[in-house]
Amino acid sequence: MIDLRALTKSFGSNHVLRGVDLVVPTGQSTVIIGGSGTGKSVLLKCILGLVEPDGGTITLDGQDVREGDRDAFLARFGMLFQGGALFDSLSVWQNVAFRLLRGSLQRPKDEAREVAIEKLRRVGLSPDVADLYPAELSGGMQKRVGLARAIAAEPEIIFFDEPTTGLDPIMAGVINELIREIVTEMGATAMTITHDMTSVRAIADRVAMLHAGKIRWEGPIAEMDETSDPYVQQFIHGRAEGPIETLR
Amino acid sequence: MSAGAITAPLALLGRATLGLLAATGRRALFAGETIGHLLRPPFYAREFWLACLNIGWLSLPVVGMTALFTGAALALQIFAGSTRFSAEQVVPSITAIGMVRELGPVLGGLMVAARVASSIAAEIGTMKVTEQIDALTTLSTHPMKYLTVPRVLAATLCVPVLVGVGDVIGIMGGWMVGTTRLGFNSATYLKNTWDFLEFWDVGSGLVKGAAFGFIVAIMGCYHGMHSGRGAQGVGGATKSAVVAASVAILAANYLLTEAFFSA
Repeated sequence: MIDLRALTKSFGSNHVLRGVDLVVPTGQSTVIIGGSGTGKSVLLKCILGLVEPDGGTITLDGQDVREGDRDAFLARFGMLFQGGALFDSLSVWQNVAFRLLRGSLQRPKDEAREVAIEKLRRVGLSPDVADLYPAELSGGMQKRVGLARAIAAEPEIIFFDEPTTGLDPIMAGVINELIREIVTEMGATAMTITHDMTSVRAIADRVAMLHAGKIRWEGPIAEMDETSDPYVQQFIHGRAEGPIETLR
Repeated sequence: MSAGAITAPLALLGRATLGLLAATGRRALFAGETIGHLLRPPFYAREFWLACLNIGWLSLPVVGMTALFTGAALALQIFAGSTRFSAEQVVPSITAIGMVRELGPVLGGLMVAARVASSIAAEIGTMKVTEQIDALTTLSTHPMKYLTVPRVLAATLCVPVLVGVGDVIGIMGGWMVGTTRLGFNSATYLKNTWDFLEFWDVGSGLVKGAAFGFIVAIMGCYHGMHSGRGAQGVGGATKSAVVAASVAILAANYLLTEAFFSA
């Protein structure tokens, strides 16, 4: 279980997170929704230690994430980045097997390649793709490779940062299905940030809405449509009129 | 005249000086952190060899051409100056000393700065804006160890080799001009070069090369790691890396020359 308490983060005078309280239950898929620039990505990066929070606490299974062995902590996570974040200088299979080729999870090269090809198959890519370079792939294929890399070391917790951004609706649907299937079969804890409501409905067990630096609403996906919170209602129905200010 | 009118320029000068010191300090801390990571495992051998290929082998043509033309021009200039004192026989030795002590390492370092600092800053800057550096961290790989250490070590080891090769090519450039344009006997030219060249002339140039290689890679990595967002950010990082590396090479050259050769 990931437990965030009174988490704050500012960049200069821009107070992005103003006291976030959130529990991400083990084995469930939690989706954070919210408008652009509300700090969803910053929230994920704070948990992973990529951004240092100004205040508050983050615990994983009761232990402060800033204490203890950082490598062991990171080994529990996989992450799919918004743009894929594949390493240009490495082939597809080397990207997927990155964690298996070095560090504490290192395996022989042949074995790592086999695992990479198996994970590529799992995300619907043929072994022919393994020796290509990221620049030779389409956006959808890069997302799949990113997903294969995120699950290659079979992490307990997987983060998905805007997994369907920039994809056509069909490919977005494919990625959503893959995420749902993989999270279910691995029994992983998943945390996804998105503003794509189709993704939310496909992926989420629980939903939390981040607005004005705080969690505005959270609950099971089944309760999202019924909530009377005007912020949630405006967001999920994509209305221009409502309490959330929009720029025109 | 009001007191503000007098103190305003001083305040401006003070701010600029403090800014320069702070910027220098940040780069020095980055260099110190790099050395710290260099001394602790893990070490990424594949990245190191790729960096050696890029920094050393692929820089050879540009450094070689620079040395060739510089050696040739230097021989012509020394000949033109020495004829005023009827001392034309010093052309081979002064050309060689000028190349190995000063022009070889400095021009080689500047050419490597232009070629390598820019490419390192652009590559790492692009990795930063496309979240590849964040991805490295989430994959339990320290970006300093994976990106900075191999490049800095490769540059520190390869640039002295480039300088050594450049020295030989530069001396050959002087020899070509000396024997074809200035009427020197080939054997005499080479003998004069060899006889007057001392070990420390060459050694000091190689030490300078190592220092310049270190500076080039540190500046490339630092500015790449601190790149701004988007194409403009990466472009700015690239430009800053080349400018900072070039200025730092010239400053370090003066300091090292003072340390090695001042009486």
